[in-house]
Amino acid sequence: MNARTIAWAVGLAALIALPFVYRDPYHLHILVLILIWSFAYTSWSIMGRFGLVSLGHGGFMGVGAYVTALLWNHLGVSPWIGIPLSMVAAGVLAVIVAYPCFRFRITGHYFVLVTLALSGIVLQVITATRDYTGGSLGYTPNRTKGSQLLALQFDDKTTWYLIALFVWVVGLLIWQWVDRSMSRYAMEAISDDEDAAAAAGVNVTFEKLKITIISALMTALAGALYCQYQMFISPDTVSGIAVSLQMVFAVIVGGVYVSFGPTVGAIITILLAEFLRIWFGTKAVGWDNLVYGVLLVLFIIFLPKGILGSVMDRFKTQPKKKPVAS
Amino acid sequence: MQGFLDIFDIYLLEAVVNGILLGGVLALLALGLNLIFGVIDVTWICYAELVMIGMYGMYYLVQFYGLPYWAAAPLTILLVALLGAALHYIVIAPLLTAPPINQLLATGGVLFILQSFATVAFGIDFRNLGIRLPVLALGEMHFSYSRLLSFAAALIGMVSVYFFMTRTYTGTAIRAISQDRQIMSLMGVDTKRIYLVTSALGGALAGLAACLLVLQYDVHPFVGLSFGPITFLICVLGGLGNFVGGFIAAFVFAEIISLGGLFSDLEWGYVLAFAFFIVMMFIRPAGLFARRS
Repeated sequence: MNARTIAWAVGLAALIALPFVYRDPYHLHILVLILIWSFAYTSWSIMGRFGLVSLGHGGFMGVGAYVTALLWNHLGVSPWIGIPLSMVAAGVLAVIVAYPCFRFRITGHYFVLVTLALSGIVLQVITATRDYTGGSLGYTPNRTKGSQLLALQFDDKTTWYLIALFVWVVGLLIWQWVDRSMSRYAMEAISDDEDAAAAAGVNVTFEKLKITIISALMTALAGALYCQYQMFISPDTVSGIAVSLQMVFAVIVGGVYVSFGPTVGAIITILLAEFLRIWFGTKAVGWDNLVYGVLLVLFIIFLPKGILGSVMDRFKTQPKKKPVAS
Repeated sequence: MQGFLDIFDIYLLEAVVNGILLGGVLALLALGLNLIFGVIDVTWICYAELVMIGMYGMYYLVQFYGLPYWAAAPLTILLVALLGAALHYIVIAPLLTAPPINQLLATGGVLFILQSFATVAFGIDFRNLGIRLPVLALGEMHFSYSRLLSFAAALIGMVSVYFFMTRTYTGTAIRAISQDRQIMSLMGVDTKRIYLVTSALGGALAGLAACLLVLQYDVHPFVGLSFGPITFLICVLGGLGNFVGGFIAAFVFAEIISLGGLFSDLEWGYVLAFAFFIVMMFIRPAGLFARRS
């Protein structure tokens, strides 16, 4: 039992206890959103940290949200089954797009553009199938008449808070697991030099595909949870290029290389959006994205490691550097 | 999306010809992206958004300041060219030594900025020029003059870029830099200036595309999303930086979209194009990516 484990346990206990002590619905709502988006951002950073910059995650998220909702509304399939199915769908989509990319060494710019097109296409499909998905007007899962648990629909914010907290912790654990696995070393070798990694016996295609599928599955789960929590999805809020860029932005602001980076990014972006919404009122349309965009550019130019990453760097490197300087 | 290629008749040949006409404009966009990628080695994700700003420029010049189309077009091209140069100067130039992914993401930030700027400044209404060009009836087929004009202007634009690249000193320097970045600065070419000129040229091509697209489609802040992704697919399939490949791929994609739109909704044309793209990556990964490093 070292100090680190105790700090984790205390922090987690405090987070679990929070909704029972503090019951302001608006603040809880913001917290749930932060947790769900943190999970989505974490799933992006799992592959983003290895230089696999995907702008297709808006697509995976859209698949997660829409497949779950469509199965529930049209076929009456409970989200407990629908969510795994939607994750499988996103995984299959990821394989279809990513396998040729990795097999034929489509990296860097090419990979970004292909995934960018993917999220654009998912948006188009949702819009095109407007007879089923409601198109750009959005879509609402039917309110349950039976068991709330079976339909995964809860009116109580506390329940949602606990669900989102659980999923968020699982996301962080997956991040840690990847961080400590052999895959991390393989992926870092690949991102440095694919040919050298392949020569050293790393199965480049397989390793990349593995990371991509993990990431896609998690993103789909985030999309499905978002849908179940908000009970309203539209192509613009869960899919498309804007959502993909939003993920990239949040992760870069928070920091790609640290486990809490995406969470910090989610806190900053969501609070920013809420503050702007309160300040500007109904005129806020567009302003939040304008600020996002400017910040994204500034961060990439001046602080590419993100806020948390830079802060942690400062703490880490200072004691080390002193003996070197003398 | 409404009004985007919604005048398809049931005639196949008409769809084919319309595909070719659409291909002209797409080829123009692909040329601009390829030019910037080939020379500066960065991809402007926000390229389609530059076109969107250009379309708004045309709208305001024509509708509010009452300029005739022919006077507004050069102004718009100049405006977007300046925007391209500014984009390079402000965003890309400080990042030239950063990892390529960072440059790409920074232009993603610019995409956000331009889209939301348009939302804030111009609102989210659909707007159009109010110019309706007549329709050319050829036998039983109908082609709008705006498309024919776009195609012709796009071709003229591409040919003049070709002459600029082959007949002028600056053009030669641009081509040389795209072949070897390090050596050219040793040969006394001012790399910074060439980068700026290239960015402006890329912007000008986007401006020209904007002048042409505004004749056919309504403009709104998210109009870039309807042809941005397809432009990227064209560039990747043709090989980033490969002008000829991009040119051919543009027409292939335009035909797929056009024919797909003939049989079903236009969105399905895009989906078909994407499916085609994935299949092509399996079949001819090497031949299509000639300039991959």
